[in-house]
Amino acid sequence: MSEPTATCEKKDTVPGRSFRIRIEKRLETPAWWNAVTPVISIALALLFGAIFLKLTGYSPITVYKIMFKDTFGTRYGITETLVKASPLLLSAVGVSMAFRMQLWNIGGEGQIYMGALAASWVALTFTGLPKYIMVPAMMIAAAAAGGIWAFLGSAPRAIWGVNEILTTLMLNYVAIFWVEYFVYGPWRDPTAFLFPLSPVFPKAAWLPTFGNTRIHWGLIFGIIAALGVGLLLSRTKWGYEIRVIGENPSAARYSGMNISRNIILVMLLSGAISGIAGMCEVSGIIHRLQAQVSTGYGYTAIIIAFLAKLHPIGIIIVSLLFGGLLVAGYSVQIYGIPADIATMLQGSLLFFVLGVEALAQYRIRVIRN
Amino acid sequence: MTQTTFGFITAVLAAAVEAGTPILYAALGEILTERAGILNLSVEGTMLVGAVSGFLATVATGNLAAGILGAAIAGGIIAAIHAFLSVTLKVNQVVSGLSLSMFATGVSGYLGKPIIGVAAPVSFKSIPIPGLSKIPVLGPMFFNHNLLVYGSYVLVAFLWYFVYKTRPGLHMRSVGESPRTADSLGINVSFVQYTYTIIGGALSGIAGAYLSLAYAPSWIEQMTAGRGWIAIALVIFAVWNPLRAMIGAYLFGGIEALGFRIQVVGATISPIVLKMMPYIFTIAVLIITTARSASYKNEAPQALGVPYERE
Repeated sequence: MSEPTATCEKKDTVPGRSFRIRIEKRLETPAWWNAVTPVISIALALLFGAIFLKLTGYSPITVYKIMFKDTFGTRYGITETLVKASPLLLSAVGVSMAFRMQLWNIGGEGQIYMGALAASWVALTFTGLPKYIMVPAMMIAAAAAGGIWAFLGSAPRAIWGVNEILTTLMLNYVAIFWVEYFVYGPWRDPTAFLFPLSPVFPKAAWLPTFGNTRIHWGLIFGIIAALGVGLLLSRTKWGYEIRVIGENPSAARYSGMNISRNIILVMLLSGAISGIAGMCEVSGIIHRLQAQVSTGYGYTAIIIAFLAKLHPIGIIIVSLLFGGLLVAGYSVQIYGIPADIATMLQGSLLFFVLGVEALAQYRIRVIRN
Repeated sequence: MTQTTFGFITAVLAAAVEAGTPILYAALGEILTERAGILNLSVEGTMLVGAVSGFLATVATGNLAAGILGAAIAGGIIAAIHAFLSVTLKVNQVVSGLSLSMFATGVSGYLGKPIIGVAAPVSFKSIPIPGLSKIPVLGPMFFNHNLLVYGSYVLVAFLWYFVYKTRPGLHMRSVGESPRTADSLGINVSFVQYTYTIIGGALSGIAGAYLSLAYAPSWIEQMTAGRGWIAIALVIFAVWNPLRAMIGAYLFGGIEALGFRIQVVGATISPIVLKMMPYIFTIAVLIITTARSASYKNEAPQALGVPYERE
C-alpha cells in the first residue's frame, strides 16, 4: 500500500527475449478504470451466469434475451421494475447510512418485516382514520418499529462491543417469526380460508399508486430518502461526524465525538428507513399483511449499497438495475428456469466488482532492456 | 423424578446432539478459517450449497459417501472464491463474505429447484453402538446416532489436537495472530490462508449435507434457517476452541430441540414464538461472551479479517 514502486510479482527475464514483464501497484487508479469497472463487472457476471446456464442445460443467449425483453421491452416489465426497485431503494439507503459509519447493519430484512408489522397494526386497529392521517400514522409506526429493531441489534455493540453483524442478522429471523405469529394467529383473516393473511386494510390505508400501474409512492419515498441521506451526510455537521467516525474512529474519539451515541442514532435512522420500505410493501401492494413481506429485499439492499459505493445517486441506479433483474428472474420461471438466477447474478456482480477493482490497482509494465 | 420427565430429558439431550451437529461442523470449519486470519461470512450460503450438492450427488450415485464428498467439494469451491478475493485480491472480507453468501444461496435455489419434494434415495440412519448405547442418558445422548455424528466426535478430538499440539496447527495460529511474523519465519502465509479457508468451506458443505441427508432428509429451500450464522456466533462463544465449540453446539441444538418438544408436553406457548428461541439465545450468548469474557479478547486471532500485505 505505502510503497508506490513496490513490485508485487516479478517475472524476471524471459529467456531469449529482451524485455521483462512486471506487475506492479499503481500510484493511483486512473479515472477511466472507475468508469469501466461496472461495465467489465456486469459483462463478467453475465458471462459467469451464461456458463452456469449452459452447464445446467439452458441456452444462455435465449435466456438473457427473454430476461431483457420481458423486463425492459414491455410496459408491464418496466413498471414492475419500478415496483420491485422501491423497497430495494429504501432499504439500500437505510443500510448504506450505517455502512458509512462502518456499522454492519445486516438487519434490513428484519427491519422491513417489523415496519410492515407496525404499519399493519395501525391500519387494522384504527380503521376509521382518514387517509391523510392514516398514511402518515402508518409511516411513523413503521419507522419507529424498524428503528427500534435496528436499535435492538446495535445497542449491544454500542454498550459492550458485540459484533453487530450477527445480532442484526439474528433479529431478521425473529422479525419474520413475529409477522408469522400475527398472520397465523391473532390477525388471521377468517374469510381467507386457510391462508395466513390478515384482513384487507381499509382503503384509507392504501398507499396511492400512479395511474393504473402498481407503482406506488414508495418509489418517491425512496428517492427522497436517497437524496435526503445524501445531503445529510455531505452537508450537515452530523453527517460529517458520521463520515469521520466511519473513516477514522480513533480520530473521532480524540476529537470528542460520542461514538456510542452515534451508533444508536445512525442505526435508529437506518432501521426507520427500512421500516418504511416494509410499510410500503403492505400498504402499496398487497394491502394486507402476509407471512412473506419481502423476498430478501433487505439482503439484496446490502449488495446494492456496496455496488453503489454508498453513493445516493448510485443507489438509485443500482436499485433500478436490481429491480429489473428480479423481474427478469421471475419472467424466465415460466420456461422452467429457477428465478434464483437473479440472486446469483446479483451476488456474483458484487464479487466481480470487488475483483476488478482490486485488479485495477495493479498494472502490467513491459520493460525493454 | 418421574419416569416421563426422565424420558423427556433424555429425548431432549439426544435431540440436542442431533440438532447441534450441523452447527458443530460449520463452526469447526470457521474456527480453522478464522484461526488463519480469514473471516468468512459466507457459511450460511455455503451450507446451502453443500446441502443441495450433497443431495444431488447422492441421487446421482445412490451413495452417501459420494454425497458427502460432493458437498465438501462444493463448499470448498465457494470458500476458494472467498480465499481468492480476500487473500490474493485483499478485498474487504466482510463484503466478500456477504456477497458470496447471497450468491451461494442463489446457486442452491437454482440447483435445488428440480429436487424440491424428492425424498432422499438413501439417508444416514442411526447406528446404536453396542453396549455404550445402553448407558442411561449418556447412551441415547451420544451413542445412538448416525455416522456423521460419530464423525464429528472424531473431528473435534482431532482438531483440538491439531490446533494446539501440532506444528501445522501452530503455523495456522501464527498466521492468524501475526502474518508478518509468520512470514518472516518462512511460513507461506497465502498458502496457509487458502488451505484453511477451503477446508473450512468444505466442512460447511458437510454441515449442509448433514441437513439434507441425515437431519431432514430432503432438500428444502433455505433449509439452513440461519444455522450458518449461528455457527459464526458459536465460534466467538467457543473462543476459537474446537472442544468448546462442541459444548456450545449442543447447547444451541438443545434450545432448538426443546422448542420442538416443549409443545408435546402440553405447554401453551405459540410454536412460532418457540422457533425464535435459538436466535434470541444466540444474541444473549454473544452479549454474555463479549461483555464478560476476558478470554474472548485474548483468544481472538489478532489479524482476523485484516488483509496481509507484504512489505
